[in-house]
Amino acid sequence: MVDVFDLVIVGAGPAGLEAARSAFAPGRRIAVVDDNPRPGGQIWRHDPTQDPPRAFRSLWDHLDSSGTRFLCSHRLVAFESGPTLVLESPTGTRRIRGERLLFACGARELFLPFPGWTLPGVYGAGGLQALAKGGLPVAGRTVVLAGSGPLLLASAVTLLRHGARVEAIIEQAPTGEVARFLALLPRWPLQTLAALALIRRLIRVPYWRGVWVSGARGRDRLCEVEVTDGRTNRILPCEALGTGYGLVPNIEAPNLLGCKLTGSLHPAVAVDSQGETSLPGIYAAGEVTGIGGVGRARLQGALAGVAAMGETQRIHGLLGRARHANAYVGHLAQHFRLREPVRRLAGPATVVCRCEDAALGPAHGTSPVDPRALRLLTRIGMGHCQGRICLHALAETRPEPFLREWLARPRPPLFPTRLETLAGLGDGTNPVPPT
Amino acid sequence: MARDLIVVGCGIVGACTALAAQQAGFRTQLVESRFPGAGVSAAGMGHLVVLDGPELALSARSLELWREILERNPRSFEYRQTGTLWVAESGADQAALATRQATLAAAGIASAWLDPRALNLEEPALAPDLAGGLLLPGDGIVYPPKAVHELLTRAVALGATVRCGRRVTALAGDGVVLEGGEHLAGEVVVATGGAGSELLPELPLMARKGHLVITDVSGPSIRHQLVEAGYTQGVHAPSGLSIAMNVQPRPTGQLLIGSSRENGVFDPAVSTEVTAALVRRALRFLPGLGRLPATRIWTGFRPATPDGLPYIGHVPGRGPVWAAFGHEGLGITTAPATAELLVDRILARGSVLDGAPYDPARCLG
Repeated sequence: MVDVFDLVIVGAGPAGLEAARSAFAPGRRIAVVDDNPRPGGQIWRHDPTQDPPRAFRSLWDHLDSSGTRFLCSHRLVAFESGPTLVLESPTGTRRIRGERLLFACGARELFLPFPGWTLPGVYGAGGLQALAKGGLPVAGRTVVLAGSGPLLLASAVTLLRHGARVEAIIEQAPTGEVARFLALLPRWPLQTLAALALIRRLIRVPYWRGVWVSGARGRDRLCEVEVTDGRTNRILPCEALGTGYGLVPNIEAPNLLGCKLTGSLHPAVAVDSQGETSLPGIYAAGEVTGIGGVGRARLQGALAGVAAMGETQRIHGLLGRARHANAYVGHLAQHFRLREPVRRLAGPATVVCRCEDAALGPAHGTSPVDPRALRLLTRIGMGHCQGRICLHALAETRPEPFLREWLARPRPPLFPTRLETLAGLGDGTNPVPPT
Repeated sequence: MARDLIVVGCGIVGACTALAAQQAGFRTQLVESRFPGAGVSAAGMGHLVVLDGPELALSARSLELWREILERNPRSFEYRQTGTLWVAESGADQAALATRQATLAAAGIASAWLDPRALNLEEPALAPDLAGGLLLPGDGIVYPPKAVHELLTRAVALGATVRCGRRVTALAGDGVVLEGGEHLAGEVVVATGGAGSELLPELPLMARKGHLVITDVSGPSIRHQLVEAGYTQGVHAPSGLSIAMNVQPRPTGQLLIGSSRENGVFDPAVSTEVTAALVRRALRFLPGLGRLPATRIWTGFRPATPDGLPYIGHVPGRGPVWAAFGHEGLGITTAPATAELLVDRILARGSVLDGAPYDPARCLG
């Protein structure tokens, strides 16, 4: 059985929720799908010890009473023709279809492998933030955050709030780039306010620029990290390291459907000025169209929501602001771009693919090889995460088009999917005789 | 003086042929358009299996040769002697397996019949309503990409040379022409799997699409490669779609689930319909697997000849050109015996196997 809606939104983060609010009108059937147990996405992830962020609360107050259907703990795993979305939940499988479809599936962290990054105690910067919200005890623990971009600051604020001792924030971008980023930031008032709110809470935390973590050490778990500027090293004792080199768009679902992508290194979904993808009736908004933060995601969501419903009047009121917000994507990417030495930290024995425990081995440092040959021999990218982590790391560290090659031939399932769900797939377009 | 042999195609058959040719004193050059094992070899399960049909002689001899190959460094092939457990769903299957057991026994291959009770003890994950199973303990599994790599390494250690990323565009009277015009002189073996008919269009070849599903590591313990008794009927089905349960326990703890055969489909995209059908069939035999997550699905194309047997031997009217392709879904198993037979034919010497059934001339007008 397929439930049909006027609009189906994939992702209940800022872009998805904003889209649901803007698309709402009495009598319209709207569904929002998210694989987390509660709406909010990554940035507004539920924290039982804190009041919900004001922006989220006001959105949620609208939506909660609107009749919008929220399918949380539902993960999109495959498409059938239509496209019908096949969703898996802890208790079963269901199918929904939207007259319009809107992808607001957000982004994930970019990890770059370095010696020691698989030690217990090393987390993703955003992952550590999510774990702290979810109850991982961090009070009194010494934490270092390292990598690049504003996410490190947001993560630091959450960790401080939960009682962690944040020793330092290690930003690979040099001071000059950070300064230029801040100098032009006032062009985007919302982003400036958000940055000021973070900085105000981080007054006492050292913010080192132009340095990076070149190694994590410890016997059974992390006890220190080595920080370098490429010339001199220093050792920083710590109990937890949160590392992240920015974000990459979650393009898997729109890519499987056939939406065109844009950008070379970590592609995003290509959209027109109103958020429509290359496929008619299919929209995308937020980080999945490029990394630009929560402010831009909300604007884009609002715009794509009304555009999907064909409300021309309201579109025009939002177009200018959305265009301005989009310029922030380039601003962020330019000043926090990754430096060459940071991409060369992994050695031949450094695990690249954690699912398969695979390192590059003899292929390390050699001239380009066929990506598929290397994948077949090392099994890099073949594990549980389906290459979501390692293929993006390899896009940074290797000259071969690992990621592009993989994305060019997308295949279901979008996530590890129960065999019973696969057994029920099918849309009658390719009839199979009974066996 | 050593004879020059050019092996076109470096999948499992090309690598085995180069190894056998070097051992026989040839000076072998391998030419591969992509990378070793990029074609059919990369897509398959890597099941080393003795079949009782027309493939009996070739697969049985090949398993003997595989045992010699695997005496050294079996880990580099990720080899496991899982055996094959042919599973009977019905009384008719049981009768067919009894015939199979007799045929194999006549060829000197031991197998054991398991009644439903014994089947359940051997593989508790199997459905309780099955009629029994036939266990062939000598069969096994390898990981094909690594098997190709290891065989190639051995051939190179004996003096074979490999050129990757070079496409052979034509056969010349006395060798091959590479993309860019370079000419290599020597006798030629065409071992290009599914692309065999590009260089030898006179040998009919059909692509048979297959789907495979691999699961997470959290499944139940399964010890043997499990194949339903009716599988071989699907292998020889002339047309349409056929589905048969074929489940392989990987050394990692994952399960590799097949199988499907489709003729006349050339799109490599994963079909949700075919995937669903083959998973349903697997769940019929392994009903407890429903909640096990599948992580990946992929497809491949088996190169099938009109009579289901590979082309191994001289290609009439072509000068010193030899064929070694068209192994359908059995190339990983039968590559060593293919190489042995082919090298014996090139040297015009006697061989363990009768080569007549595989002679390419049989399919030429």
